[in-house]
Amino acid sequence: MAEKPRKPSQVVYAPWEDPQAKPLIEFRGVTKKFGEFVAIDDLTLDIYEREFFALLGPSGCGKTTMMRMLAGFERPTEGDILLGGQSIVGVPPNERPVNMMFQSYALFPHLSVWDNIAFGLKRDKLPKDRITERVEEMLRLTRLEKFGHRKPHQISGGQRQRVALARSLAKAPKLLLLDEPLGALDRKLREETQFELMDIQEKTGTTFVIVTHDQEEAMTVASRIAVMDNGKVIQVDTPARVYEAPNSVYVADFIGDVNLLEGTFRRTGPERGEITYSENEPPIAAELFEDIPDGQTVSYAIRPEKIRVSAEKPEDRANSAWGTIIDIGYLGNVSTYHVQMAGGQMVKAAMTNSTRLDRRDFTWEDEVWLSWRETAGLVLTK
Amino acid sequence: MRRISWFNATSLTLGFAFLYIPMLVLVIYSFNANKLVTVWAGFSTRWYGELFRNEAFLDAAWVTLRVALVSSTLATVLGTAAAYVLVRGGKFYGRTLFSGMLYAPLVMPDVILGLSLLLLFISIGLDRGMMTIVLAHTTFSMAFVAVVVTSRLVAFDRSLEEAARDLGCTRWDAFRSVTLPIISPAVISGWLLGFTLSLDDLVIASFTSGPSATTLPIKIFSAVRLGVSPEINALSAILIGIVTVGVITTSLISKRAIMKRIAEENRADT
Repeated sequence: MAEKPRKPSQVVYAPWEDPQAKPLIEFRGVTKKFGEFVAIDDLTLDIYEREFFALLGPSGCGKTTMMRMLAGFERPTEGDILLGGQSIVGVPPNERPVNMMFQSYALFPHLSVWDNIAFGLKRDKLPKDRITERVEEMLRLTRLEKFGHRKPHQISGGQRQRVALARSLAKAPKLLLLDEPLGALDRKLREETQFELMDIQEKTGTTFVIVTHDQEEAMTVASRIAVMDNGKVIQVDTPARVYEAPNSVYVADFIGDVNLLEGTFRRTGPERGEITYSENEPPIAAELFEDIPDGQTVSYAIRPEKIRVSAEKPEDRANSAWGTIIDIGYLGNVSTYHVQMAGGQMVKAAMTNSTRLDRRDFTWEDEVWLSWRETAGLVLTK
Repeated sequence: MRRISWFNATSLTLGFAFLYIPMLVLVIYSFNANKLVTVWAGFSTRWYGELFRNEAFLDAAWVTLRVALVSSTLATVLGTAAAYVLVRGGKFYGRTLFSGMLYAPLVMPDVILGLSLLLLFISIGLDRGMMTIVLAHTTFSMAFVAVVVTSRLVAFDRSLEEAARDLGCTRWDAFRSVTLPIISPAVISGWLLGFTLSLDDLVIASFTSGPSATTLPIKIFSAVRLGVSPEINALSAILIGIVTVGVITTSLISKRAIMKRIAEENRADT
């Protein structure tokens, strides 16, 4: 690759915020039906060059269908898909500058690792020495130099995953699709491979679209995440925004752990409001930028790690509530306290275990104060 | 190794005796010097010599071999194509009917199949000879090939074909360079099955053969009706020999392939 590796620390990469930027892929009002079943529902979405874009959602949400439409295995029922400004609807898979890494890897069992990687290059009728050069390069990139002569059943799962990646990258596609690429690996290997994927994506400068149901994976690798549900994209944003500023209860609940308190809204200032969620507790003070009419039922979403657990009532926090510890989930690095409040609601609060176990402050049945800042939670209306 | 119990030993002996004593008797009598098949008169290879001078038998054997080669090859091509369409063709009108009908020649009595083919050949005015036998054998072998290949294709990971297309293959390229090499064991065993069935067949061939071409089974059958001659014994002994060598070779090859694969997989895990 002639491309110089970019340094993300120096330049902030955010083409989606630049109105001049031309997207590489544009979904325009795409609908896909299988018989009566609507898999994708009037979807419009832009993906930019060099992005590592994640499609995240539960199984059956339509993310795989979107990927298969990009690869050319499915045709949208309505709407258009553009790649570099040109419609690719109707272009067969073998004529698209798009390659895919399959969930099952789909390595050809009758060919060696070397021939698997060379497969696509041979279809392009490249000269022999160009093919050799490119395959060697791919083997180096994925650290498989020693395994070129082996057959797929003679290597480990992690190595197979890398062969699949090397094969799909060999033709230097404009767009690489990854369908649950790490699903078959064990946890430790998966985490290592996530960073390897990011590294390879930066080195090659290829646009990656990854399909996953694992939110941690999406958060780790992606520049932007599209959270999907029932054939619709609910929110498209950077991992930090999706986590800290979800636009709906669905997204807040799908990404990470969250407490949702339902209550009635009342405006108290230009960017201030309060939510009454229980008769026994004072209302929650919240910061907000949305226009919500008084008296509307809203959900107040707050992440467990934003709530502090203390024995005494803290004076410096805008919100506090009193409760009893019912359960403690000890995860090593953090402990999650399930606290029942006076009104009966269960609230989860996560505290970092910065001290050793023998100095832990709280135990079951302890009565504690929960407290959080005005800016810690979000008021969600849908 | 464990000693086998008397019960197992008895059943094993009885079973094998039941299967192989008739053939053994036949092979022994093929070396009989006497013209009378059932009266032993000393060892001789005379009838093997006679057999190889018998033009009619040699002709029939040659016809049979050619019919088997051509019909099993045709059946393999057609049967594989049919299996591919039925498994991969998606849902199309009449698919269930087609796949059901594919099995019909398997369960249909040979007599009916032979008779209907005969009627067809007569009505379209096709002279009966080698060609009509080839057509008839292709018809029923094709069904066997399709069944064997279908069961392999059903277990075949479809994403392999998609991967091939994704990497630049047309549908035909993907089939040729990925699907066919992987399903080739099934295709080959389909071919072998068709070949054996064609060699064996007496009923359908006797309906569809004409004066210009006779297959070996027909020849043997009509010869035996006039009385068993020692030549037939010799011929049968040769056939048994060929089949035995064939079966042993195939099982040795497949056993070695399995051993090799297991060894390779063990090496991959360590």
